[in-house]
Amino acid sequence: MWTFLHKLGSPRHFYRISGGMLPWLAWTTALLMAAGLYGGLVLAPPDYQQGESYRIIFIHVPSAWMSLFVYVIMAAAGAVGLVWRIKLADVMAAASAPLGASFTFLALVTGSLWGKPMWGTYWVWDARLTSELVLLFLYFGVMGLHAAIEDKRTASRAAAVLALVGVVNIPIIHYSVEWWSTLHQGPTVTKFDAPSIHLSMLVPLLLMALAFKLYYVTVLLMRARSEVLERERSSAWVRELARGT
Amino acid sequence: MNGPGAGYAFVRLLERDLVLAVRNRGELANPLLFYVIVATLFPLGVTSDPKTLATMAAGVLWIAALLATLLSLDNLFRSDFDDGTLELMMLSPCPTTLLVLAKVLAHWLVTGLPLLVATPLLAVLMAVPEAARWTLWLTLLLGTPVLSLVGGIGVALTVGLRRGGALLSLLVLPLYVPVLIFGANAVGATAAGLPVTGQLLMLCAFLVLALSLAPVATAAALRISID
Amino acid sequence: MLSAAELACFRGDRLLFQALSFAVNAGQALQIRGPNGCGKTTLLRILCGLTLPESGEIRWCGRALRAGDPDFLRELRYVGHSDGVKLVLTPRENLRIAMALHSVVEEAQLESALERLGLGQFMDVPCRTLSAGQRRRVALARLTLGSGRLWLLDEPFTALDRDASDTVRALIETHLAAGGCAVLTSHQPIGIDAGRSASIELTS
Repeated sequence: MWTFLHKLGSPRHFYRISGGMLPWLAWTTALLMAAGLYGGLVLAPPDYQQGESYRIIFIHVPSAWMSLFVYVIMAAAGAVGLVWRIKLADVMAAASAPLGASFTFLALVTGSLWGKPMWGTYWVWDARLTSELVLLFLYFGVMGLHAAIEDKRTASRAAAVLALVGVVNIPIIHYSVEWWSTLHQGPTVTKFDAPSIHLSMLVPLLLMALAFKLYYVTVLLMRARSEVLERERSSAWVRELARGT
Repeated sequence: MNGPGAGYAFVRLLERDLVLAVRNRGELANPLLFYVIVATLFPLGVTSDPKTLATMAAGVLWIAALLATLLSLDNLFRSDFDDGTLELMMLSPCPTTLLVLAKVLAHWLVTGLPLLVATPLLAVLMAVPEAARWTLWLTLLLGTPVLSLVGGIGVALTVGLRRGGALLSLLVLPLYVPVLIFGANAVGATAAGLPVTGQLLMLCAFLVLALSLAPVATAAALRISID
Repeated sequence: MLSAAELACFRGDRLLFQALSFAVNAGQALQIRGPNGCGKTTLLRILCGLTLPESGEIRWCGRALRAGDPDFLRELRYVGHSDGVKLVLTPRENLRIAMALHSVVEEAQLESALERLGLGQFMDVPCRTLSAGQRRRVALARLTLGSGRLWLLDEPFTALDRDASDTVRALIETHLAAGGCAVLTSHQPIGIDAGRSASIELTS
């Protein structure tokens, strides 16, 4: 097991193994997403209060979940790279940042689109939306730091420290914003996680969540593969690869 | 090395940074002036009606203090980085976290403390209700060290970059959100006659958390920046 | 005393050196030679732990070093590419903070260190008013504070006049005779007798 992990940790083996995994992952993602969308948009009944507009939760909720999940993964990968100096972990962290930012952005856009019929306006300073917005800024910070530091290795280490600081702060920010929001406008109407969600809605929602996770893994591997090639461009195996094609 | 040696280095470094600040007197007043001017612009830009001013005063003063701190943060490690003193600090047998703490403390004494001195005056200008002035001052007393401590992480990460200024605000400002929320809110709550012990305790908790964790992160970041 | 095994270092894409191994014994000076940009300064920074090598390890007294090891840092005196001298402070103040950082407390050492480098009359003027060579001497005065067994010097002779160069050479020789060791970068001959010194050449 350990030697397998160690092998996987080397960029060269990662490139080979991930290449074999990608088609499977991509197809599973596509299938799950199709099933989830069909279940959510066609099979699930309209909500008795919100009508059809609630259906955006099949995008909004999974992307909001992913926005946090990816940040934690990014920080964990960064920590692994920082402590054990595993190059692949650095690559994973670097590849995660824009993906996480996209999920966060998607959650914000769908959230505000959903807000229009619900609140009559595209933006209210709802606790969740505000937290997501701050999270987006945190992602931008990590990406900005990555972009600003020329040396890739230094950039990865610096971004990892920032991501770890962010991970400590996210719960604090989240709690603060929630507290602030309840104070200013009373309890919000965002009650997605109401206990009584019907099974016909829950199943597609979970399918979509799974599809989003797999989508993340797929694209993460794709990004990591090209990042590995770029970082290792002076190494023998990449040159061999380039000559082969 | 955790004996008298490290404590001695802490005191000496603090003393050195204060001496440096006094010798660069010209820059000493900048954050304070910035704070005062930004606060003055709000009545001009929004309204001079004391009622409206009073409702937004806490937020305005807090944001002005936050920006003033941000503006002054760059000095924290910049000159040490440029002249090689930072290398000496990193190569000292004393724990880097302790040296970072000395520098941040010096930074707060030089920038945060003057803001506190000016705050009662600005509170009058901004028509902060009398009952809430003391709360405002107290929240800033607890909050500004957190701003310096957390800001230190951001500066440490960007000190190696030639144009780190804009990036610094991107890194640091989102982390300031909780302090801003509790700090500004406590003032409003006092004005409304509500108890604010909760908010003040939260600020204390932030301060303790920042004191214990921020220097570690800052030291790690410096080690990376200096590579 | 100090040894390096299989060091490799990249700057961006460029390989500075790889499979670099050497050892410096007590009483010995090692000169790192090579053209500009070949990685002399980087190697020195790797030795003191400021820069991470791509691979390889540094050993001090037979023990593998990790960054920030206080026992190693207590023994280390480093004069880098930049002087580490604050221009608004006087040489005395600069040295005092350097002493505190190295946990040396005896004030008497300070004046003798500055006097040895010929800064006796300049102890209390701001370093801003000193010449580049004099600032370099303030930096070099740090070497004699306390007792560091390992000196790492980056181009110690730049900007120094002949007298000061001789003084520094004499300092290094005393240090070696007392059982210390030194690693220095320089592209010119350092004039320390061959029995006590070795050199490695980096190529670009």
